[in-house]
Amino acid sequence: MLEQYIGATVMFIMAIGIACGMVFMTSVLGPKRHFAEKMEPFECGEKQIVSPHQRFSVKFYLVAVLFVLFDIEAVFFFPWAILFKKLGMFGFVEMLFFIIILGVGLCYVWIKGGLDWE
Amino acid sequence: MEHIPAPAIDFISLAPALILSVFGMLVLLMDLFAGKNKNLLVFASLVGLVLAGVSAFAPKALPVVSFGGSYVVDHLSVFFTLIFVFSSALTILLSIEYNPRNGIRAGEYYALILFCTVGMILLASATDLIMIFLGIEVVSICLYVLAGIKRGDVKSNEAALKYFLLGAFATGFLVYGMTLLYGATGTTKLAGIAEVIHSGQTNSDTLLLLGTVLLIIGFGFKVASVPFHMWAPDVYEGAPSPVTAFMAVGPKAAALVAFYRVFATAIPEIGTTWDTLLMVVAVATMVIGNFGAIVQTNIKRLLAYSSISHVGYLLIAIIARNSLGGSAIAYYMMAYAFMIFGTFGIVILLGEKNSENLEIKNYAGLGVKQPAIALCMTVFMLSLGGMPPFAGFIAKFYIFGAAIKEGYVVLVVIAVLNSVVSLYYYLKIVVLMYMKDSERELELSMGPITLAVVAIAVFGTIEMGLFPDPILQLTQ
Repeated sequence: MLEQYIGATVMFIMAIGIACGMVFMTSVLGPKRHFAEKMEPFECGEKQIVSPHQRFSVKFYLVAVLFVLFDIEAVFFFPWAILFKKLGMFGFVEMLFFIIILGVGLCYVWIKGGLDWE
Repeated sequence: MEHIPAPAIDFISLAPALILSVFGMLVLLMDLFAGKNKNLLVFASLVGLVLAGVSAFAPKALPVVSFGGSYVVDHLSVFFTLIFVFSSALTILLSIEYNPRNGIRAGEYYALILFCTVGMILLASATDLIMIFLGIEVVSICLYVLAGIKRGDVKSNEAALKYFLLGAFATGFLVYGMTLLYGATGTTKLAGIAEVIHSGQTNSDTLLLLGTVLLIIGFGFKVASVPFHMWAPDVYEGAPSPVTAFMAVGPKAAALVAFYRVFATAIPEIGTTWDTLLMVVAVATMVIGNFGAIVQTNIKRLLAYSSISHVGYLLIAIIARNSLGGSAIAYYMMAYAFMIFGTFGIVILLGEKNSENLEIKNYAGLGVKQPAIALCMTVFMLSLGGMPPFAGFIAKFYIFGAAIKEGYVVLVVIAVLNSVVSLYYYLKIVVLMYMKDSERELELSMGPITLAVVAIAVFGTIEMGLFPDPILQLTQ
């Protein structure tokens, strides 16, 4: 019964090996130039201690919502694509309607200016 | 290669939902090109609603089952479809004059009402837990936006945010309850669940009970029953008046019919275990709704509490879990639609350009200045209080009849006593209108369309009270 896990175990060991190996190799081979900012827990020029009351532009939220919306669409496409032939004509027409409805949504967002950043 | 067979779909029985979906999208797209003039959107929405209402009669032999038994069109769902279409049409009619006066210019308003109606129709026909969840979400998401459609208004924003946060939370309970029910029985079909319980092959009775309790919480929130009612007064107060009337009738009726279907179709077998819980909820809903309404000074908050208490009466019909209960709920919601839309029509008529005049004391002296409107308001108040010869009396009569038939006498006695309590705050408004002088001159807006809605509502309230048989036959 355990045989079927051999593949997974090998992959697991390889994943650990590659991860550890990379960390080890960089510490051996990589150039070491330390300065204060670089030794902080977070990089990329972000200040570590700031007030949590920061203001974000509402545009980010709009993009996030639109992203989720059209991302979900992709989620529905995958199982459909796999079963495309088995579902036959019914599945095809059904998906066509799905895309039309999404298209209406896209038209709405586009003309309303939801995709304009400025 | 093996083909996956297409599910059997009867498109004629699905016509109301399909028509409204198409019209919803049409209105959404029309809004992009219509500019400032919303009359075209109103017209298109009303056409869509009328077509949907007519097409509800299209199926020849009922019930029609589609999508592998997860969607059924029977007499109950057809009747509820009519209630939904009717209440959405009245909402749109009430909005024609209300929206420009109160700065609601979004054309999405009409599309959202149509989409919400689609959700309600799905909910009334759903016989599968997943379908019920889908319907509830379609309805709720539209309502969250509709409650906050007055974007510049703080109260409207508060209503939308509160409704959204609590609504999302309650949906969590509902989904959790559904998963537990699925875990216990291995199916999401309501009839399937009933079969598994009947054959005694449930995986775990604990899961079944826990799932039932969570479902009561989830549905309890959606229909605003105590102790899950706290959002209702705030949301009803903050939402625009036509939307409040809409919320009090359509979505509530939809959630109730789903509630009824789940409890009467899927888990009646274990009824003795959940009816005690539901009885406590029903009594608490009636008592807190009625006594809460007594102390209100804002008419919309008062109507919110009154609407909570009406849910209490309706829960009695679910507890009775016989076919009489189903048609009693249907009749009650139709009568309630007339009463509520009439009352809110008058609330909207009382609004002025700068103030909506939502305080109860604004109604003082209405009997002298506008005797016709005061008379209509009196009819609605008496009917809401359950006085004969109006629709509210007959509606309560059928609910109590269904409960007595199953032997829930104590529950009915409590409900009748509560009706008496409710008369106090309904009559308070009537007394104010006729016995007190007004503090200041009101400039009533007297929109002809709103007046027409009030007239329709008065007619319906009296007609359903005097001749209940035609409507009652439709529900059976």
